[in-house]
Amino acid sequence: MSAAPKHAPTMAQMSLAERLAPYAPILLVVGLVIAGFVAIPATSSWLTLTVSGLAMGMMIFIMASGLTLVFGLMDVINFGHGAFVSVGAFVGVSFLLLLEHMTGAPNLLWNLTALMVAIVGAMAATGLMGYAFERVIVKPVYGHHLKQILVTMGGLIVVEQLIIVLWGPEEIYITRPEALKGAITFAGAALEKYRLVAVAIGLVVFLAMRYTLRRTKIGLIVRAGVENGEMVQALGYNLRMVFIGVFVAGSALAGLGGVLWGLYQEVITAHMGNQTMILVFIVVIIGGLGSVEGCFIGALMVGLLQNYVAFLEPKAALISNIALMVAILMWRPMGMIPVVKAK
Amino acid sequence: MSDPILKLEGVFTNIAQYHILQGVELTVPRGEVTMLLGRNGVGKTTTLRTIIGHWRAHQGSVMFDGQDITKLPTPAIARAGIGFVPEDMGIFADLTVEENMILAAVSGAIDDNRLQWLFTVFPALETFWKKDAGTLSGGQKQMLSIARAMIEERALYLIDEPTKGLAPAIITTMARAIKELKQQGASILLVEQNFAVAKALGDSANVMDDGRMAWSGQMAELTQDAELQERLMGLSMEAH
Repeated sequence: MSAAPKHAPTMAQMSLAERLAPYAPILLVVGLVIAGFVAIPATSSWLTLTVSGLAMGMMIFIMASGLTLVFGLMDVINFGHGAFVSVGAFVGVSFLLLLEHMTGAPNLLWNLTALMVAIVGAMAATGLMGYAFERVIVKPVYGHHLKQILVTMGGLIVVEQLIIVLWGPEEIYITRPEALKGAITFAGAALEKYRLVAVAIGLVVFLAMRYTLRRTKIGLIVRAGVENGEMVQALGYNLRMVFIGVFVAGSALAGLGGVLWGLYQEVITAHMGNQTMILVFIVVIIGGLGSVEGCFIGALMVGLLQNYVAFLEPKAALISNIALMVAILMWRPMGMIPVVKAK
Repeated sequence: MSDPILKLEGVFTNIAQYHILQGVELTVPRGEVTMLLGRNGVGKTTTLRTIIGHWRAHQGSVMFDGQDITKLPTPAIARAGIGFVPEDMGIFADLTVEENMILAAVSGAIDDNRLQWLFTVFPALETFWKKDAGTLSGGQKQMLSIARAMIEERALYLIDEPTKGLAPAIITTMARAIKELKQQGASILLVEQNFAVAKALGDSANVMDDGRMAWSGQMAELTQDAELQERLMGLSMEAH
């Protein structure tokens, strides 16, 4: 075999701005935290709000991560994603109510075990529901955005009504497991225990997703499929099967988000999933469609900003996230970490 | 001729309301480089995309190695033994060169001997192994695209304009890679606008016009007949 000419390219050092560009989104989060520190007079308040913002961000990330992959991988707009959040919350809370003897005991291990059982139950239920939802509702409308919006909205309404049939029309108030009630004091700041648990679970989910997407072949297929699905198929991979898997996993994650969100709000309703979707869509859009990292950073920014602004100027809290989305899209119209190119 | 590796009979392909292929007949002999030539817009790319299943033939048949693949889904066609290098290269820009190659090794881990061979054919791949594929130059992306198709042994390679827009030195590298692939016994169906490359690589040639096969024969026959080139493609190879 003949050898090609020797390949010895000249490597030049990139400028500082070029090297920092990929880290700009994460630097924005750091900048937001610093801005919060400057704007909020008391350090203890800032710390409390920061942990609260991170917890909220993590929960939004968990709910949004599946949606962004579904968006990116198969160009499917699923307005019914909120249904999985609601169902996850109701199934999870039903488990917690069944395990009241464990949640009521002031024992952290028992409480966490009960929480894990509720999470696994909710994820299994919403994963199965996701499979049925994809086969029955989404499959017939691939490639038709308007039909996707209409039919998934319809699916959401049906699921909300089924929740009312099964669990009744009233909102259900819940109390957190005994050992997760209250707060711990750190540096003069009250940090709610439950929020710390939510941050920990969110981090575990993010790291597990990142590992799967970056270090496993199925993750490579998903990332490549988001970018160029046709080519992935031409290599010999059945992307439709991969997509069903991602849809099921995304639905299960929404269910997990629902359990965490329900315990965070301490009340669940059939419409709670739909109500969270505004924040979820903001996060998916500013993160960049199909980007799990962008979704994570976007969720942290939304959570932090919401908490800081609600403290400083409560009336502005509602519009702060919309303003953030507008600002990010003016800076990077495809989102912070664009993966899916304009179609 | 021994039994061909690929045979298209009366293939019609529509894209939306446009009738692009209108009864394409094409035979690709085993172990040869078959050129698919013609002016822009005559249906060469659509022919390759119909073979790999990205577009569906609504009439006619595509036989690969004795098997009817006309209605098979794209992944099944690829796994049957067809490698595809699209015109836009189909590189996964957000994945590293290494990840692109890992993904291309569909049946399992990368065969190290084959990888080392590819490094000798395309040294740039080894240099930029850990870099994002999106940061490569056009020529390097094309090398990656072809290497990705070659990382596993395939019976047939469909390669769409591999030298388009590339510097002469890189075109030489591409041509050498395709020759080596042929020496290993692979069959290649190559769409090419660069006539010098077509002349150097092609065993047989098929010239398309207006969605049909206008001429099929030996490449040598086409290169020697300036009048035929003029009639089929509107220009003579001597101009190149």
